[in-house]
Amino acid sequence: MMDTPARQLSGSVCPRLPRGVRLTHNEAQGGWVLLAPERVFKADAITVEILKRCTGETTLNAIVDDLARAFAAPRERIHADVVNLLGSLADKKLLELG
Amino acid sequence: MTTNGASLPAPLGLLAELTHRCPLGCPYCSNPLALDRRDDELDSATWGRVFNEAAALGVLQVHLSGGEPAARRDLPEIVRAAREAGLYSNLITSAVGLTPKNLAVLADAGLDHVQISIQDSDEASADHIAGYKNASARKRAIAKEVVGLGLPLTINMVVHRANIARVESMVELALSLGASRVEIAHVQYYGWALKNRAALMPSREQVEQAVRQVEMLRTRHHGHIVIDAVVPDYFARFPKPCVGGWGRRSLNVTPAGRVLPCHAAEVIPGLEFWNVREHSLADIWRSSPAFLTFRGTDWMQEPCKSCARRDQDFGGCRCQAFLLTGDARAADPVCHLSPQHALVEHLAAAGEDVAYTYRSS
Repeated sequence: MMDTPARQLSGSVCPRLPRGVRLTHNEAQGGWVLLAPERVFKADAITVEILKRCTGETTLNAIVDDLARAFAAPRERIHADVVNLLGSLADKKLLELG
Repeated sequence: MTTNGASLPAPLGLLAELTHRCPLGCPYCSNPLALDRRDDELDSATWGRVFNEAAALGVLQVHLSGGEPAARRDLPEIVRAAREAGLYSNLITSAVGLTPKNLAVLADAGLDHVQISIQDSDEASADHIAGYKNASARKRAIAKEVVGLGLPLTINMVVHRANIARVESMVELALSLGASRVEIAHVQYYGWALKNRAALMPSREQVEQAVRQVEMLRTRHHGHIVIDAVVPDYFARFPKPCVGGWGRRSLNVTPAGRVLPCHAAEVIPGLEFWNVREHSLADIWRSSPAFLTFRGTDWMQEPCKSCARRDQDFGGCRCQAFLLTGDARAADPVCHLSPQHALVEHLAAAGEDVAYTYRSS
């Protein structure tokens, strides 16, 4: 999922999964998957934690803060991971940046 | 039972052909020449059972297709059943048969995504290809309704001799309709498309130009629309990994309930297909003779058997191998390593401007 270089994202955007993009758990497929129009992506643990927080009501900055706190990880690295993932999804029209 | 001692793979996708009825007559339709009859169609309760079994097997997405799925009056029940089974639902439609009202009902029933076919950006040409007057106008109107309802929209464009010069305007059309994805689907030669192959076959120059166009369009529209496109396999060096490998990633249920590893599999003689009316989907996936015949790599002959790409493209397409060489175990002759590749080169050069045989029952 984190393939092409992502665009720059402002810290005040409120990302959310649009209608038609679903994060779901499937036993037979061995974990979390992101379902999109005629595509399926395996979602690793980090991806799941980021996307769970994309409710459309939380800013990117707040999401990064929360993750940095929850995982006791350097904010800069979390920020880079989040921007990478969300930018890549937005480029594929799989994320809304409200 | 497994092959190579490997564990049975879990399918990801289910193609649910709800009916073979369709108002259009597209000459490239992948349905078989012998279409299933209306009174043989599975009812919505049976589809519901099939969806539940599919989800338990690991299927994540169901493609509600046909024929024209909107020809089913019980389509809302079927969509609801897919949602209740936990499946992501894709409606694969011509849009002819959909109205703003019934589309809203489907959205309420939990439909996740709509894919609308558009035959050409030139409306007269589009209606001619579909064999249906005003099809183009209706599709454009319904496309806007889909977007208006907040559902993601994919425009599927089957590309062939008659429209391949307009790849750019077709993508621009998809963008203007609010689609988040467009599929540049070069025609594949099965069913009715095989019957109309000469009329559909583009030239090599046209294909190369289309490939360049797509690259340019991807750059131009990066971040605005996703363009899915694959080089048509008669013009490629290697074959496509057909359906992600036989009995590996997906399964197809016909309107009358037969379960196929792919939509064309019935052309291969000697395969035994099981029906959901008599067997569970798990049983069929695991044990039906048709699924076992080419699952894995044990069935392969040379050059596939010892090829470094065998787990990448699985020898290409079994149906195509049979249709072109008479041997379903042969390498797909699309592959330049196939001893029969010259046949494909010959066919790829054989396009001509002849009339269509429109799809009909």
